[in-house]
Amino acid sequence: MRPTLGVATIRFRPVGLRVPALPSKAIVVSQTTTPAAPADTPAGTPLPVYAPGELAALAARHGLTMSGARPTLGAYVRQLWGRRHFITAFATAKLTAQYSQAKLGQIWQIMTPLLNATVYYFIFGVLLNTKRNVEDFVPFLVTGVFIWTFTASSITAGTRAISGNLGLVRALHFPRASLPIALALQQLQQLLFSLGALVMILVGFGQFPRPSWLLAIPALFLQAVFNTGVSMVVARLAARTPDIAQLMPFILRTWMYASGVMWSVDTMLKGDRVPHFVMVMLECNPAAVFIDLMRFALIDSFGASHLPPHVWAIAGGWALVCGVGGFVYFWQAEERYGRG
Amino acid sequence: MADNVTDYNERVPTVVVDDVHITYKVNGARTGKGSATSALSRIVSRRQTPGVREVHAVKGVSFAAYKGEAIGLIGSNGSGKSTLLKAIAGLLPATKGRVHTQGQPSLLGVNAALMSDLTGERNVVLGGLAMGMTRAQIRERYQGIVDFSGINEKGDFITLPMRTYSSGMGARLRFSIAAAKSHDVLLIDEALSTGDARFQRRSKERIKELRKEAGTVFLVSHSNKSITETCDRAIWLEAGTLRMDGPAHEVVAEYEKFTGKK
Repeated sequence: MRPTLGVATIRFRPVGLRVPALPSKAIVVSQTTTPAAPADTPAGTPLPVYAPGELAALAARHGLTMSGARPTLGAYVRQLWGRRHFITAFATAKLTAQYSQAKLGQIWQIMTPLLNATVYYFIFGVLLNTKRNVEDFVPFLVTGVFIWTFTASSITAGTRAISGNLGLVRALHFPRASLPIALALQQLQQLLFSLGALVMILVGFGQFPRPSWLLAIPALFLQAVFNTGVSMVVARLAARTPDIAQLMPFILRTWMYASGVMWSVDTMLKGDRVPHFVMVMLECNPAAVFIDLMRFALIDSFGASHLPPHVWAIAGGWALVCGVGGFVYFWQAEERYGRG
Repeated sequence: MADNVTDYNERVPTVVVDDVHITYKVNGARTGKGSATSALSRIVSRRQTPGVREVHAVKGVSFAAYKGEAIGLIGSNGSGKSTLLKAIAGLLPATKGRVHTQGQPSLLGVNAALMSDLTGERNVVLGGLAMGMTRAQIRERYQGIVDFSGINEKGDFITLPMRTYSSGMGARLRFSIAAAKSHDVLLIDEALSTGDARFQRRSKERIKELRKEAGTVFLVSHSNKSITETCDRAIWLEAGTLRMDGPAHEVVAEYEKFTGKK
């Protein structure tokens, strides 16, 4: 505005000192010289003056609530239940939108895990010859890769749950936990596609459906709860520190190699090569537990001897601790998402 | 307003802003060199960045808004209007003072993109579900929302992803989705300025309807005309302080005098 007005106005500026245009220090000065309201306050309507506590009392009388306060945990769960249709619709929409820009479209839902498995097969199966020690290596590997991908992509999606949907978070009010939950659900839907491919591969390599396949259902359920919990923790961390999203691939890759996705933990570490507690830690790590449970359910030659003791209790424990803990942790920052 | 006591007691307040101060930290303002290493040492020592600056955007604003009011917020750029709206919407915490509201206010801003990789159709459904509408309610109002937005006036755009929309089209669809539900408090941050004349007329009518449904509407706009046409009350903020609060035409007239002088 100023430049267009030219020299004449500039000459006037020292005279027409306007309070708001000046830095805060100057306001203090002007208020000491001219008490109360600045001199050029419009004369017409005076500002309404409220006694201290008057407005708070008015709000209390009409039962107004504090804006932006976090709901109680119970109320939050109820709100979330009220948005269950939003969660499912959001997950489905994201799933279909995911490959909408690719020419092959939804075929990538199955192609991506298959290509992943192929890559790992060539590197670990053929080049490094890990398959020597493992019976039914291809079903072993493919199950491992698909189940690992489910956890890994849920967590990766969690890092973008808030930051990738800021528009939605800033525009509409809904319990924010809907977002990580919906994204985890999207990954579960995607896993169901992969499982279709997995069944074909299993049958192709001589693993036929048998009753133990039904164990896959509770195993996947526990894994899904675990994934959702971790993804909520990551969502809160990444909402505050976006750098987490940069760091996550490295953490996940380390975790993947430690979880026996493409090699058998107990065969490779047989004997006294590593201390016993390291072995126990590797076997109890949630990713390894969920992967081995699925292998146990689906592959004949993968017997109970490959599983750590109390494996279902460990899996249930991980799901409970991470599911509930992650949810509460996410809820504690509910009022802060999307701010700033 | 609150000109006399009897009137004051009869009306039902929907938003009470009680001596609200808002300061926020700006992260991008760091000056030092060697950003990465200094960032690392900062994280390790958990010290506050010298580069983080505090901006005191709203300085002690108090007012009460009542059912059925449409309030225009005016003031020059950077006077704290949008910050105040965010605080009312509960998206930005007040550093000092409190904001009390009835129900959950909804903020409708220029930059509030919904999901750009999804079609307009899906955005309508998802937006409705996120606002807590049922699937049946959305089915019922779907056509109304699309017609109101005028997205389909020039062909079948509603089935295209939202990233293909022009900024005006996106803003129109967002407003239509938000306006489909009656809100206790609706905050509109310059969202209407991108729409064309026909849409602006429609949205003014919709704002009037929302007010009749006993809601309160806040409107931030740099168009004095749309303030006087849509609002009956106006609040003038300047440099984070309340300068004037009263009937829209009076406040706008004073504001015009003020800006004209410069």
